[in-house]
Amino acid sequence: MTAQSPAVAAPRVRVEAVHKGFAGVPVLRGVSLTLAPASVLGLVGENGAGKSTMMNILGGHLRPDAGSIHVDGAVYRPRGASDARKAGMAFVHQELTLFANLTIAENLHLVRFPRRLGVWIDRTASRRLASEQLSRVGLRRGPDTPVEQLTSGERQLVEIARALTHDARVLILDEPTTSLGALERQRLHDLIRELRHDGLSIVYISHELGDVLRECDRIAVLRDGTVVAEGDAGGFSVRGLVRHMVGREVGQFYPAPRQAAVREPLLRVRGLCRGTRVGPTTLTVGVGEIVGVFGLMGAGRSELARLIFGLDKPSAGVVLLDGRALVGAPPGRIASGLAFVTEDRRLDGLCLEAPIAENLALASLRRLPRSLVGVLTGATIKRAARRIGSAVGLAEHVDLAAPVGRLSGGNQQKVVLGKWLLTRPRMLLLDEPTRGIDVGARAEIYQLLHRLADAGTGLLVLSSDLDELMGISDRILVMRHGELNGEFPSTAFDREQMLRAALPASVA
Amino acid sequence: MSGPSLAGRDLSAPSGHGDRRFQPSLVDRRRRRARQLLRSLPLFAFAALVLGVDWHAGRFATTENAAQIASQAAPTVVVAVGMTFVMLTGGIDLSVGALMFVGAGLAGHLALSGAPFAAAAAVMVVVGLTGGLVNAVLVTRLGLIPFVATLATLYIGRGVGRWITETRAMNLPEDFLAFGAAAWLGIPAVVWVAALVAVAGQFGLSCTPFGRQLYALGSNADAARKAGVNTRRLTAAVYAVSGACAGLGGLLALSRLGSVSPRFGELYEFEAITAAVLGGASLYGGRGQVLPGTVVGAGLITTIFSALVTLQANPYLYPLITAVVIFAVVLIDTLYTRPSAG
Repeated sequence: MTAQSPAVAAPRVRVEAVHKGFAGVPVLRGVSLTLAPASVLGLVGENGAGKSTMMNILGGHLRPDAGSIHVDGAVYRPRGASDARKAGMAFVHQELTLFANLTIAENLHLVRFPRRLGVWIDRTASRRLASEQLSRVGLRRGPDTPVEQLTSGERQLVEIARALTHDARVLILDEPTTSLGALERQRLHDLIRELRHDGLSIVYISHELGDVLRECDRIAVLRDGTVVAEGDAGGFSVRGLVRHMVGREVGQFYPAPRQAAVREPLLRVRGLCRGTRVGPTTLTVGVGEIVGVFGLMGAGRSELARLIFGLDKPSAGVVLLDGRALVGAPPGRIASGLAFVTEDRRLDGLCLEAPIAENLALASLRRLPRSLVGVLTGATIKRAARRIGSAVGLAEHVDLAAPVGRLSGGNQQKVVLGKWLLTRPRMLLLDEPTRGIDVGARAEIYQLLHRLADAGTGLLVLSSDLDELMGISDRILVMRHGELNGEFPSTAFDREQMLRAALPASVA
Repeated sequence: MSGPSLAGRDLSAPSGHGDRRFQPSLVDRRRRRARQLLRSLPLFAFAALVLGVDWHAGRFATTENAAQIASQAAPTVVVAVGMTFVMLTGGIDLSVGALMFVGAGLAGHLALSGAPFAAAAAVMVVVGLTGGLVNAVLVTRLGLIPFVATLATLYIGRGVGRWITETRAMNLPEDFLAFGAAAWLGIPAVVWVAALVAVAGQFGLSCTPFGRQLYALGSNADAARKAGVNTRRLTAAVYAVSGACAGLGGLLALSRLGSVSPRFGELYEFEAITAAVLGGASLYGGRGQVLPGTVVGAGLITTIFSALVTLQANPYLYPLITAVVIFAVVLIDTLYTRPSAG
C-alpha cells in the first residue's frame, strides 16, 4: 500500500469502514478511525456501542467482516493476539490479568523468559530486564515481589509494563481506571503523558468523561457501531459527549429533586459495630426516603451494609425494620423485606453463566406460585422474569434465556435490581449501584430508584461517587474510618464540606 | 513499600470483596502468618508422630527404620511428583495406580520370558507415558473434566492389567529384587531414584519457563491463554509427566515387592494426592511444590502407615486412619485457599 495522504503526518493506525457482526447482529457498522503517532485518542460510548469489539479487532482477538486497517501504512490483518503483538499492538484489558502467585518479573516474562542454554530461566537477566520495564512505567518495586502483594494500582502499572514488552507502537487501555484510587489514577495519567511523549499512540477507553477530556488529544464517540462524533478534545464538553453517546439531550441526568417530607422511620440502626472496621453506627431511614452514605474507599461502607444485611455478625448493636429487630442470617431478613444490591455484581450479584430469567427469579423462588402438582415451572419463572424485567427497563428484545454474563454492565445491574424487586422489599440497600455503568443506563437506574422511593420503599445508597449521591439522595451521611462523620440534608448539600468530612483527619 | 496512599492510615482493608488495592493491613498480615503456620503443620505433625511412636513403642526413630521408611516412600514420592504437576494446573490424575499395574503386568511377562531388567524397566515407564498421553488427549482434545477422564483410564487400566496378568500373582526374577535391595553410599537405590526425580521435578517447576507457566495456568487459565501461554500443550504435558512418573514409581514398587499381585498399585492415586496436598499443593491449582512440599507429604503418610504397623494397630483401622488423613488434608487446603470472607 502507498501512503494516501502525504500532506498530513501519516497516521499510525487507519481504520476504514470496519464492519463486524455476531450471529447476524451487526455490532460495528462501518467504523473509521485514525490514530496519529504520539497522541492519545479517547474512545467513549455507552456499553454495547462497539468499543470493545473494535479494540478486540485491533488487538487481534477478533477479525473484521469487512473493512481494512493499516498500521504505519502497511495492511494490518492479524490472525491472533500474538500477530497483533508482533505488529506493535499492546492491549491492557479491562480486567486485570496478572498471576498473583508469580513474581513481577515472572509475570512480565511469562512467555519469553531469558534463558540459559535455552533450558532454564536466566533469573539475573530477567530481573535486570524487569527492573528496566518497571522504571519505564515508574513502579518502584523489586522485580521479585510477588504480585499478590501489590495494590491494584501497582498491578495496573505491571500490566502496562507487560504490554509494552514487545516493541509496542500502539497501546490500548480499556477502562484502566475503574479499580484505581485517586492517587493511582493520577500516576497512570502521568505515565500516559510520558508514553505519548516517547512517541507511543494510545487509545484510551473510559466512562470517566472528565478524564477523557483532560487526558486525550482527540476523542471519538461510538454509538450503535458507528463513529457519531470525532474531533479535538478541546472541542468537546462532558455534556456534549453525553449527548453524542446517548443520541439525545440528557438534560436532566439526575431525576428532579424530591419534596422534603416528614417520614415515618422504616429502618433503624442502633449502635451497630464490628471490631475496628465499623464503629458504633446509628442511623435511620424513613419510609420512602433515599439516604446516601458517602465515604472514600475503605471507609467501611460495604462493611456497614453487610452488617445490616446480616452477612457479618455485629459485635454489638441492633437493626430494626418497622420496629421489629432483625436477627440472624440474610434469608430471614429478606423475608422481612430487606434487600441488598452488592457492590460487585459479577462476583456476588449474579450467576453469570445462568440465564437472565433464573437470575431474576433467584431471590424469590419461595414466593413464586407453584403449579398444580406443587412444582415451580420454567414458565412461571419466565413470566415473573418478563414482568419484572420490563419494570426495571430491560429492553424487550433481550432474550431471557441467554446467560446474564453476556449483557452489558448496565443491563446486568438492572437484572440485579429486578432480582431484588421481585422479593418486594420495603428497604433496599445499594452498594455502588452504578459502578461501571454507562450514562444512559445510569439515568434509568436513578429514575427507577426515585420511583421506588415514591412508592414508599426506603433506600440506603452507599457510594464513593459524591455527585451521584447529591443527585439522588434526600439526605447524605458521611462515613470515615468506619464511623459516621456528618449528616447533610438536601438543603445543605455542600461538596466541599462533605468531602472534608470524608477525608482522613490529618489531610482535612 | 510503595508510594503514598490513603490506605496507609486506613483501618479497614475490607474483607471478602472490594478494596484489595490497599496495603496489606495488620489483619491481613496476621492472617498470612496463620496461613504460614498452617502450611508447616504437616512438618510438626511428622515430628510429633515420629517422637510419639518412638516413645510409646520404642525403636521407631532409628536410622534403620528411617531407611526402611524412605525406601517404602520412594514409589509414592515419584508418583506424587507427577501428581503435583497435574494438580498445579488444577487437574487431577486418578489413573496412576492403574497405569502402574498395567506396566507391572507387561514388565512381569517380559521379565519372565527372559528379557533383561533394563528392558522391563523401560517398558514400565513407556506404558505409563502412553497412559498419560491418553489422559492428555481426553482432557485437552475431547475436553473431558480431568476427574472423569482419568477415572475412565483408571478402570480401563485395571481391566487391561487383570487381562494381562490373568488375575494371578506373578513372581519376578531375582534381578528385580536385586535392584530393590541395592544401595549406594548406604542409601537404597530406590531412594536415589526418588530423590533424583524430586530434584528434577522441583528444578522443572521453579527454574524453567514450563514450570512457571504451569503456575500461571493454574492460577487463571483464561489469562494465561491471553498472555500467550500454550495452555493446551502445557496441560497435555502434565498428564504425560504424571503417566511417566507412575510408570517409574511402579518400577520402584515392583522392585521392592518382587511380585505383581492383582491389587498392585491400588490406592496409589490417593496416596499421591494426599502427599501433594499435605505438601501444600492446592486442589484448585496454582499452588504447590515438589521440594520440600510433596516429598514431605509422601514421607508423612508413609510414616503414618509404618507407625500403625509398629504399634500393631488393628488392620481394620487403616481405612479409617486414611480417611481421617484425607479429611484433614482437604480441610487444610480449604482453610488455606478460602477467600478471606468474614
